[in-house]
Amino acid sequence: MRIGVPKETRPGETRVAATPKTVAQLIALGYDVRVESGAGGLSSFADHAYQEAGASIATTDEVWGSDFIVKINAPSDTEIAQLRPGTMLASLLAPALAPELLDKLSAQGVTALAMDAVPRISRAQALDVLSSMANIAGYRAVIEAAHEFGSLFTGQITAAGKVPPAKVLVVGAGVAGLAAIGTAHSLGAIVRAFDARPEVGEQVESMGGEFLKIDIEQAAPSADGYAKETSQDFNRLAEELYAAQATEVDIIITTALIPGRPAPKLISAEMVASMKPGSVIVDMAAANGGNCELSRPDELVMSDNGVRIIGYTDLPGRLPTQSSQLFGTNIVNLMKLLTPNKDGQVVLDFDDVVQRGMTVVRDGQKTWPPPPVQVSAQPAVVAAPVAVKPEPKPKDPRRRYAYMALAALVFLGVAWKSPPEFLGHFTVFALACVVGYYVIFNVTHALHTPLMSETNAISGIILVGALSQIGQGGIVTVVSFIALAIASINVFGGFTVTQRMLTMFRKG
Amino acid sequence: MITIVQAAYIVSALLFIMALAGLSKHETAKTGNAYGVTGMAIAILATIYLALKGASAEGALGVPAALGLIVVAMAIGAVIGIWRAKSVEMTGMPELIAILHSLVGAAAVLVGYNSFLTETQLRDAHSALELTGSLANIHSVEVFLGVFIGAVTLTGSVVAFLKLSTRISSKPLTLPQRHKMNLAALLISAGLMVWFVSAGSVVPLLIMTVISLLLGWHLVASIGGGDMPVVISMLNSYSGWAAAAAGFMLGNDLLIVVGALVGSSGAILSYIMCKAMGRSFISVIAGGFGGTPVSTEEKDYGDFRETNAVEVAALLKEASSVVITPGYGMAVAQAQYPVADLTARLRKRGINVRFGIHPVAGRLPGHMNVLLAEAKVPYDIVLEMDEINDDLKDTDVVLVIGANDTVNPSAEDDPSSPIAGMPVIQVWHAKEVIIFKRSMAPGYAGVQNPLFFKQNSAMLFGDAKERVEDILKAL
Repeated sequence: MRIGVPKETRPGETRVAATPKTVAQLIALGYDVRVESGAGGLSSFADHAYQEAGASIATTDEVWGSDFIVKINAPSDTEIAQLRPGTMLASLLAPALAPELLDKLSAQGVTALAMDAVPRISRAQALDVLSSMANIAGYRAVIEAAHEFGSLFTGQITAAGKVPPAKVLVVGAGVAGLAAIGTAHSLGAIVRAFDARPEVGEQVESMGGEFLKIDIEQAAPSADGYAKETSQDFNRLAEELYAAQATEVDIIITTALIPGRPAPKLISAEMVASMKPGSVIVDMAAANGGNCELSRPDELVMSDNGVRIIGYTDLPGRLPTQSSQLFGTNIVNLMKLLTPNKDGQVVLDFDDVVQRGMTVVRDGQKTWPPPPVQVSAQPAVVAAPVAVKPEPKPKDPRRRYAYMALAALVFLGVAWKSPPEFLGHFTVFALACVVGYYVIFNVTHALHTPLMSETNAISGIILVGALSQIGQGGIVTVVSFIALAIASINVFGGFTVTQRMLTMFRKG
Repeated sequence: MITIVQAAYIVSALLFIMALAGLSKHETAKTGNAYGVTGMAIAILATIYLALKGASAEGALGVPAALGLIVVAMAIGAVIGIWRAKSVEMTGMPELIAILHSLVGAAAVLVGYNSFLTETQLRDAHSALELTGSLANIHSVEVFLGVFIGAVTLTGSVVAFLKLSTRISSKPLTLPQRHKMNLAALLISAGLMVWFVSAGSVVPLLIMTVISLLLGWHLVASIGGGDMPVVISMLNSYSGWAAAAAGFMLGNDLLIVVGALVGSSGAILSYIMCKAMGRSFISVIAGGFGGTPVSTEEKDYGDFRETNAVEVAALLKEASSVVITPGYGMAVAQAQYPVADLTARLRKRGINVRFGIHPVAGRLPGHMNVLLAEAKVPYDIVLEMDEINDDLKDTDVVLVIGANDTVNPSAEDDPSSPIAGMPVIQVWHAKEVIIFKRSMAPGYAGVQNPLFFKQNSAMLFGDAKERVEDILKAL
């Protein structure tokens, strides 16, 4: 089969769906690859680089006549018209937001795979462009903010005075949010983050952010791995948190998106008004309506009090080379999945939840939405109400004292009947137990094995018993002889092996 | 002259205490061992002097014969002991320790019988009882207990040795009514003791010896291989009590002191091991764990990710801090040398490499430490579970080599898990976790490990030694 890589036509698009590196991988899967002339120009991939990787450079018409089209953005109407029936297409399609696009594609009789409708299961991560692009977007959001911000991110004390570190609030700790947290942290800022899913707190902290919490019994984690709309009460508390943070932080980066719905409005005009002049807001949800009331898609807005609100929707496209490489790799991973025999023939397997989930149109039939996929790797949602064990009651201390008194009485009874020799030995025994207890508890764990061989060696002291009996004559001597021999094995073997081990331990 | 011997015993008892105290730190451990050797030498010399004095008495062997026997017996013991100690592989330490325990048990049994025999000889010779009334009774009890504990130690250690050296299956033997059988053995022995004390006959002693030998065998046979750290420490403790009992019957304070030291040492080690497994001593000793299939419902844990040596090598190159948590699998695969090599290589690159050792990793308390020390891993980067747990969240890569249950998160999150409550090394807090494993089979406790299915974990299948060597090549 022939894969076609057209030049992107959407204004402002800088990326391309295949790079010379991924073209070589596609060819290794058995495909012919045609790349439209100049397709990689804005991503710094020249035509001859594609040719060197084994692709042929073709015209627009030739590319659109291929069997399998891979591209970044959804095709425009004119592009759809160029598709032959039976062609396959893989690109971003936003099937939930653009139902009319699906109608057009099915009317054209093609098969369409939405790269942005990959089910969120571990196996499918390799082809999830939302993750790979969000990662880049999160990084770029911080860079854009730093560019507009009039101060340093990192705190310094210089000869010219003290520079306070920037305070960054990241709202939404998905892939983009985490990337933003990591980037801002590595630039030296103080990073705080908030997310409606309390279970991501650990991930936030692992990236160097401080996770802000809301004291409320929050609903169970979402079953499909995406954030969902939150309850009334929770929203009110979150709003208070944003309002309080807005007066404090220098930079806010919002990444809150709910798939298939407009982005939630989190940062109101009043909150923006309460921010310090010179502060920056990056609204990464601007394309879907925005998390900030004042943001406008693809624009930099200046509020009345001098807060810059960035609503760029092309953040991944601002790093075209890397974005194209990642997108291209996602495509390669998709093709690997679709080409089980590595023979350049696509086999679409509808029993596979990943392929089923991505396919929005098959041979002109709309197949969206797919049956729901449960994400099993997430924490179990129905935490079966485990019978809470009643706290073990603290034992009545009086009972313990009673046992001790009883033991003392029993001992007294035995001692009463015992001759003084026995009591003398018993005193020694009891004291030795106490000494042993304190001495052994100090032994470091690493030396427990030498401790055991040492105690082995010294318990060979039982040979003292055998020694004192050996001179008696008769059977006693024979038995003593054997006992002496085996106890000597312990003494000599134990000390030797202890010494051998101890000489091995060395300090670094 | 007896007072000189007594003084020598006091000195050697103190030296033994100093020997154990010395083991509390790496720096003083070697001095401690030297104290132990000195104490032993003093005790032996003093006792030989005493024995020769006894041998010169009327009716005894005479000094030259006694001395000859002593030298020959000790020479035999010394040759065997030193040969084994020099030749043992460090991975075989648990077996050696187990067999040494059994020797103490055997010696205790023999000394017990001897003590009984000498007493009857004395009685026959003088026809007047030297030991009268309660003292004789107490002596009989001491002999009986000494033989009992010695015999249990003897067969218990032999079974432990056989299990550790895989000469027999390490699966727990679960006979029906096994708890009742153990209890019956104890009760019958108690009955025999009453008989023995009142009659002074050798018959109950012999019957009890057989019963206690069987009891020791059965006790350890019913405990699974993974509980061996507890078993070994428990047998260590028994061998101490056996020595103490021998001390009581011979009226020898030195034996009592040493026995009590060793006995409490083993008891404390067992306690530490049980705590590390989150289980009570009774439940370990009662045995059967791991053999009975634990009824965990088939849960879908999702998919695991497989990786290869080259990827791991790349990951390690990028890391700034690495933690290695070894388990019994490392010992089985003899992977400690390549692991030490890997550690040295990474440290040379300036990567902070440390080891996190779970208290029950391996088959012997402190087993992992000895293996790593043998492979020349410096001991100051080998940390305990509690020391490493807090640092794991700042760790880039964790390599789990042959460990399973000791890194199982369900011990913390799943109250229905059989290992719930067991303290574990929280490796999943690290950024990346690489698990070296032969297959996806569950560990000793028979529970699946959700760690393998976490997003930040990847499996590296195959023999641990070969895989580590592959990584070394890729570096």
